[in-house]
Amino acid sequence: MADRRPGKLAYFALAALALFSGFPLYWSLVVASHDNGILGQVPPPFGLGPNLFANLERAFGTVDFAKALTNSFIVSISITISVVLFSTLAGFSFAKLTFKGRNAMLVMVIATMMVPTQLGIIPLYLLMAKIEWTGTMYAVVAPGLVTAFGVFFMTQFLREAVPSELIEAARVDGCHTFRIFWHVVLPASKPAAAVLGMLTFMSAWNDFFWPLVVLTPEDPTVQTALSTLASGYIQDYSLSLTGTAIATVPLLVVFALLGKYIIGGIMQGAVKS
Amino acid sequence: MKALLYRLDVKGSPYLYIVPFFLLFAAFGIFPLAYTAWVSLHEWSLLSETHTFLGLQNYRELFADEYFWNALRNTAQIWVLSTVPQLLMALVLAHVLNQRLRAPTFWRMTAVLPNITSVAAVAIIFGQIFGKDYGLVNWLLETLGLGRIDWQAGTASSQIAISVMILWRWTGYNALIYLAAMQAVNKDLYDAASLDGASSFQQLTRITVPAIRPTIIFTVIVSTIGGMQVLAEPLLFGGGSMTGGSDRQFQTLSLYLYEVAFSRFDFGYASTAAWAMFGIIVIVAAINYFLTSRLRRSS
Repeated sequence: MADRRPGKLAYFALAALALFSGFPLYWSLVVASHDNGILGQVPPPFGLGPNLFANLERAFGTVDFAKALTNSFIVSISITISVVLFSTLAGFSFAKLTFKGRNAMLVMVIATMMVPTQLGIIPLYLLMAKIEWTGTMYAVVAPGLVTAFGVFFMTQFLREAVPSELIEAARVDGCHTFRIFWHVVLPASKPAAAVLGMLTFMSAWNDFFWPLVVLTPEDPTVQTALSTLASGYIQDYSLSLTGTAIATVPLLVVFALLGKYIIGGIMQGAVKS
Repeated sequence: MKALLYRLDVKGSPYLYIVPFFLLFAAFGIFPLAYTAWVSLHEWSLLSETHTFLGLQNYRELFADEYFWNALRNTAQIWVLSTVPQLLMALVLAHVLNQRLRAPTFWRMTAVLPNITSVAAVAIIFGQIFGKDYGLVNWLLETLGLGRIDWQAGTASSQIAISVMILWRWTGYNALIYLAAMQAVNKDLYDAASLDGASSFQQLTRITVPAIRPTIIFTVIVSTIGGMQVLAEPLLFGGGSMTGGSDRQFQTLSLYLYEVAFSRFDFGYASTAAWAMFGIIVIVAAINYFLTSRLRRSS
């Protein structure tokens, strides 16, 4: 069947899925572009309203979204750079170099992928309080600087992407290991690094629990600012959904630009694992 | 001298490249993990400087704690309600995406679209859709003459609403993982099956599912870990309240942990709950693994 052309039914199912996937996002935009008065209307409006800009202004007036966006960008970009760099370094070592204890250490990396993040929240919070980082972006960034998933992903990729003969040849030519990394491995790792970078950026941007614990409402990331908007006594839906639009738009833009590489990359990584 | 440098480079530099990872990971990954165990053996409050050693008393208390069992039950119910349909739908979706479609990248991208939406946004959007007075679902139900439901108030209804959020967010992501695995399956098998007159559904159950079983096990384990940690959906669905509804009808384990730690400031007890959570995840993952590998042998 893999070689058969799919029939109408398949496209119908896919279109239904696309609607299912896209509708909540569209609906949030609809609510964000009206005022709360329209929510009682029967039937509810399914088109965009005139109030998007007024709501945006209101959202920026209620929560400091400018600060939240800046914070989120700083956090996500630092985490992304660090994860990609250190994962590529470690991945190179695990995939292409031989050293004592390599397999045991790699197994450890993979095993730690199973540990839930919530488990470390309390001591992490105590640690951050001790070094007086609570309420600062350092506290948000530090625990995200490396991930076991990143190391695992890069190891898998570099195993296939860089032929061992190439490394041997470079050695024979007198290259030391770091030069091999710089001139051979780094260029070869670009596609996987792009994928890892995107996934990391998204999860850092969308991280909710840890920033909620460690930050104050006065100096939030976008996600914790959203929770402030959503937790008022009277639910102001237009306002909260305007907030979600603000939080989602940057990711949608990045995804629209790079999405096909991510999807290609996820497929590649998963096939090899 | 040169030979020595060369040997140093070959033997030593691999460690140099993994050191940054392990250093950072030890500080912010392993240390907190171990320290949680230590804290869980104490009466440890954020409000007091002294930490009395209690031994296993926190654990004894936890096993008798009605709220803990309630949270565990809720977590398990939400996990079943969201994961089972999610993975089944993902499998079918991947099967459809695995055909030679027009514009394959477009369809794959729509599948993963919900996943890039943040949890906070998802919870707010669905909170509105499942709202009692102005919610879209209730409007639809009323139009159909079925009457409105107070989604947040009931146990089943609130857990269904939360499960739908999880389902929406992760189905496409899992479908892509399945799809990736499916592309490694030998195409000749399908051709042979087609010639023998096997339907598309038979091909899915007889060829694809057995072939990608390791990937299915992987997704079951990953969604178990994820399912045990559900926090943002119930937190925001309840308007930021840590109790998960007036009767704790949708308080999950994570939410309970959060409540104990950051509302009661009882870090010792919260750490105990965290370790219990970890134990449960390991047990469930192990059961999953044995069940699925038994299925494999029997088939």
